Amino acid sequence: MTPTPAPGGPVHASSATELSLWYGKFRALDKVSFAINAGEIVSLIGPSGCGKSTLIRCMNRMNDSPTTRTEGRLTVANYDVQSPNTDVLALRRDVGMVFQRPNPLPLSIRENVLFGLKLHARSTPRADQERLMTEAFETVGMWDDVKDKLNDDAESLSLDLRQKLCIARLLPLKPKVLLMDEPCSALDPDGIAAVEELMAELRGHYTQIVVTHNMQQARRVSDRCMFMLMGELVEFTDTDDLFLAPQDERTARYIEGRYG
Amino acid sequence: MSAVPTPRRKQRRVASAASRYTEKAIEALIYLCGLSAIAFIVAIFVFIGREGLGFLVTHLVEMLTSTDWSPTQDPPVFGIVALLAGTFWCVGLSLVFSVPVGLGAAVFLSEFAPPRLREGLKVIVELLAAIPSVVWGFVGVMIINPGLQAMGARIGLNGLNGAILLALMTLPLLVSLGEDALRAVPETYRQAAIAMGATRWEMVWRVLLPAARRGLLVAVLLGVGRCVGETMAVLMATGHSINIPKGPFDPVRTITATIAAELGETVRGDAHYQALFALGVLLFLITMAVNFVADFALRGRRTR
Repeated sequence: MTPTPAPGGPVHASSATELSLWYGKFRALDKVSFAINAGEIVSLIGPSGCGKSTLIRCMNRMNDSPTTRTEGRLTVANYDVQSPNTDVLALRRDVGMVFQRPNPLPLSIRENVLFGLKLHARSTPRADQERLMTEAFETVGMWDDVKDKLNDDAESLSLDLRQKLCIARLLPLKPKVLLMDEPCSALDPDGIAAVEELMAELRGHYTQIVVTHNMQQARRVSDRCMFMLMGELVEFTDTDDLFLAPQDERTARYIEGRYG
Repeated sequence: MSAVPTPRRKQRRVASAASRYTEKAIEALIYLCGLSAIAFIVAIFVFIGREGLGFLVTHLVEMLTSTDWSPTQDPPVFGIVALLAGTFWCVGLSLVFSVPVGLGAAVFLSEFAPPRLREGLKVIVELLAAIPSVVWGFVGVMIINPGLQAMGARIGLNGLNGAILLALMTLPLLVSLGEDALRAVPETYRQAAIAMGATRWEMVWRVLLPAARRGLLVAVLLGVGRCVGETMAVLMATGHSINIPKGPFDPVRTITATIAAELGETVRGDAHYQALFALGVLLFLITMAVNFVADFALRGRRTR
């Protein structure tokens, strides 16, 4: 079921061709096309309801429901996402998601990070589990915060550590793509800085696709930026160009703060 | 812009003063209703306590050490070990059936059933709760009794029969409280597990059940409380034989059945009468303890 990666690794971590999506009769995505390179950070900006969350949730099939319908083609981490033959569980293993509000599972800190292995690689030897867990905590820079209380309830952590935990728990599965749906909107300024720093450190190792409401954040963290409006991908270019020299009138008006 | 209030305004103020009195009156009435609940509990306890507490204190050792309940013998013996065993046997055995089925149904309703099926099933489950205890007794005598005999029981009216009835009677409580507990688990947990590639079932087993465990425990404990106090169905279905059960097909007798069956035969104020009230006090204490534990567990969840 699991597709084997193309030799030489994927050129594009994700690409879409004329991807449209309907919730019932409402068209949430309108012929979106793009190509995202492996290892880069792409931010999605646009006013509420423009389809940016819909697009990111498409990428690991989180908005599957009997009333949603899609057309076009979407590829993420070499999976043909919309195909009925796609192994959705494997797709979600390789394409991790971070949510708006930190949502650690109601388990201990240790179990949160080992959860993915329990689902997808149950036969991992204990020693390897411990190593992967330690690595994950070190990568997100919270090992010193949690090493003495791995068996504590994950909900006992501070909000930004909880969000880092939610990123850390994806890492033992070696995902190719990290989807982040407004990962900082519930955090205070220090928490935001910490998570943004972490995203910069993960650059190159993982492809990161970040939905944000905060244009400054998009400017700070992303290599390239997508601007969406009413389901349409208006502009997708280098972040600096998008903010300094937008090509589309609608982009210009949005980043000037005329609407949104 | 004058500072003098217009007559119209004055009128309105009078009206609001009157409505404030009715408000106060209604508040007082509701307050009384709340207090009356406490008053009734206290009154009931005082009533059965006055008749039975003295006997319980003076005969406690005899009651808890002897298996012989012969209240009409001369001299009478008031051992309740067999009655306690009968009660807990039936309750324990009923949990073996009701917990897996009830919590399974709760999981199905809250996580797997399509909305329309869920609504339909909930109505049916609530109907189950509306069946009177004595009708369950009929079911025990007329249906389960021959069924158990066909399965090889010497007597169809036995502990297992009572346990099956108790399980059926507590099922609605378990299902609806269990479903509430599961639905109270925040949606974000489900999303987190699904987004990591868990199947629905893995999500339920590894995330939902641990997250809802306190609420589920409360559901089970309230079910136990209900079982311990249940009278008519077990009176009709358990065989009414004072006996420490050695197997599921042994007839037993519960505390509740003993009180219900024997109180009419006693002389007011004699030892037998007092002994039955002592049993009532004991029963009251057991159910109260179970409810307190449930309440405690629930409060632990709220403060978390």
